[in-house]
Amino acid sequence: METLSSLGDGFAIALTWQNLGLALLGCFLGTIMGALPGLGPSNGVAILIPLAFTMGLAATPALILLTSVYYGAMYGGRISSILLNIPGDEPAMMTCLDGYPMAQKGMAGEALSLSGIASFVGAFLATWGLILLAPQLVKIALLFGPAEYFALFALAFMTLGGVSSTNQAKSAFAAALGLGLATIGVDTQTGVPRFTFGEVHLYDGLDFLVAIVGLFALSEVFIFLEHHRGGSEATAKKLKIGRLTPPLSMIKQCTPTMLRTSFLGFLAGVLPGAGASLGSFISYSMEKRLVDKEGTFGKGDPRGVAAPEAGNNAAAGGALVPMLALGVPGSGTTAVLLAVLLSLNITPGPLLFANNPDVVWGLIAALFIANFMLLAMNIPMVGLFTRLLMVPSRILMPIVAMVSFVGIYGISGSSFDLLVMIGFGVMGWVLRKLDVPLVPVILGTLLGNTMENNLRRAVEIDNGNWWTLFSSPLALTLWTIAIIGFLLPVIIGRRVKASMHKREDEQGAIID
Amino acid sequence: MTDRIFGLFGILLAIGFVMAAFAIEESFLSDVVGPKAFPLIIATVLGVSSAVIALRPDPEPVWPPLGRLAEIAAAVLVMVLYAELLPVVGFVISTAFAAGYLAWRLGSRPLEAVLVGVGTSVGIYVIFHLVLGLSLARGPLGF
Repeated sequence: METLSSLGDGFAIALTWQNLGLALLGCFLGTIMGALPGLGPSNGVAILIPLAFTMGLAATPALILLTSVYYGAMYGGRISSILLNIPGDEPAMMTCLDGYPMAQKGMAGEALSLSGIASFVGAFLATWGLILLAPQLVKIALLFGPAEYFALFALAFMTLGGVSSTNQAKSAFAAALGLGLATIGVDTQTGVPRFTFGEVHLYDGLDFLVAIVGLFALSEVFIFLEHHRGGSEATAKKLKIGRLTPPLSMIKQCTPTMLRTSFLGFLAGVLPGAGASLGSFISYSMEKRLVDKEGTFGKGDPRGVAAPEAGNNAAAGGALVPMLALGVPGSGTTAVLLAVLLSLNITPGPLLFANNPDVVWGLIAALFIANFMLLAMNIPMVGLFTRLLMVPSRILMPIVAMVSFVGIYGISGSSFDLLVMIGFGVMGWVLRKLDVPLVPVILGTLLGNTMENNLRRAVEIDNGNWWTLFSSPLALTLWTIAIIGFLLPVIIGRRVKASMHKREDEQGAIID
Repeated sequence: MTDRIFGLFGILLAIGFVMAAFAIEESFLSDVVGPKAFPLIIATVLGVSSAVIALRPDPEPVWPPLGRLAEIAAAVLVMVLYAELLPVVGFVISTAFAAGYLAWRLGSRPLEAVLVGVGTSVGIYVIFHLVLGLSLARGPLGF
């Protein structure tokens, strides 16, 4: 009951003209970002963060804008999967499997609108899941002391590589690199400068927005330069949309699929590190095993489009649960959103629900609104979005690069930050070549200081006894999950990744 | 081979990190744990994971030919020049050049590259400066 009245207050905040306008803008920009191959939700949000700051928005409107971008990008990813057989982002990979064959059969419009509906169902149910689960998680989180928080952060890092990276050593390397970068600057407890090499600009530490925009957006530009990808006109000319509404029988046929996979995707999203890619992968695999009696999956079965779309959008909602309730993001994009919150001087975690209920509930209400907007936008406006796919990357990427520069310069006004950003861009390119995941790097720079402070506080409280980190049952449980989460992918991760890649190879047309 | 070199580099990085951590001056304010402990823990993780990467390398990644690497290096150079020249020549001019260069190297014909450069620069100037009121670097010509 209390939840419902809080949600009501949230709607009162979200339904102002300014916030509605921002949600609409975010949904529109997000869908474009998601639809363009190569620019996923994390890129989309990273590029638009500076925009939110330069508009001088308060915390709630800024968050509404950026989460609308997030949801929009999750919706948009499917468009190029279906039309071009190129996933707009990683979670949309599985949508290619049946979406593209449907398009080849002349059912592109139906596939697009059905996937829009599936995205809506997944995201809608996940938002309810968020409402029900997050406050419960907050109650548990209130039992956390510094030692438990330290263990929780360790858990987040150890499960982050998860099944999405085959090489746990590289995930660990990435996390350590990020945490190491976070230690640059003046130590908050003692006031001693660390790793600054006398450079005054580094006394405040590295700005994680600079790191994020460099690692995600600029490294993307370098990847494009490497392949000299001129444009996509050749493929885009072939697009034909066809009818835009799926027959009722198709929706009926897909309804059980959408409900099952929403649930599954939500769970995948809540688990730290798993995220939307895993959500869409297990959703598709489960549905195939469950309902594919005639072997039509992979040949343009509508259920094969509905399953991964409901799954990945539900996972996007699920990933917000640990981010808001614990301050530990469940995916790359929520890590970027966490960075935004921290920059706005809002610390997610249990206290957020007590201290800033307007932020939390305004945001949740905005998610509902964004969802309806996206549904309304995605069915009639699919034609417009598909035309945007035809903007060749040789025009698009320079714009992306310059907007990134402007955004960072607009926040700090310093050339030094731009140089640091270029450095991160190059680093991101090298790490991607080496198959080192970028998300742990971001998360490390983001959470490093909090993690260290919790460590020091925990040991301090217990008069220098380091065993205090493992002394409470709660901390021990977290450590156990962390170790299992780290070791499990070493054992089964290769198999999951191999089958994900096998499906990719079967399709054969996926870039990178 | 790539991963072996990468692993060795990581180990060197970890060693450097350890040495730099020991060089951190203790302040009289110091707490029980101190400012060195956490960096040392991280350096350990960095070193161990690098060693594992060097000992159990992944399949070789596909490295671009030298020409493409030079392409990326040139783009980095242009971006660095952009960052340095921004306060000197102003936003509109430097952005037009940088965006035009990138468009050209990504496969635009010269005329299209010029249009993309000028269009991007003016477009961003109008939206971010004139509409949103963000202060961009002012050049000698006042924009």
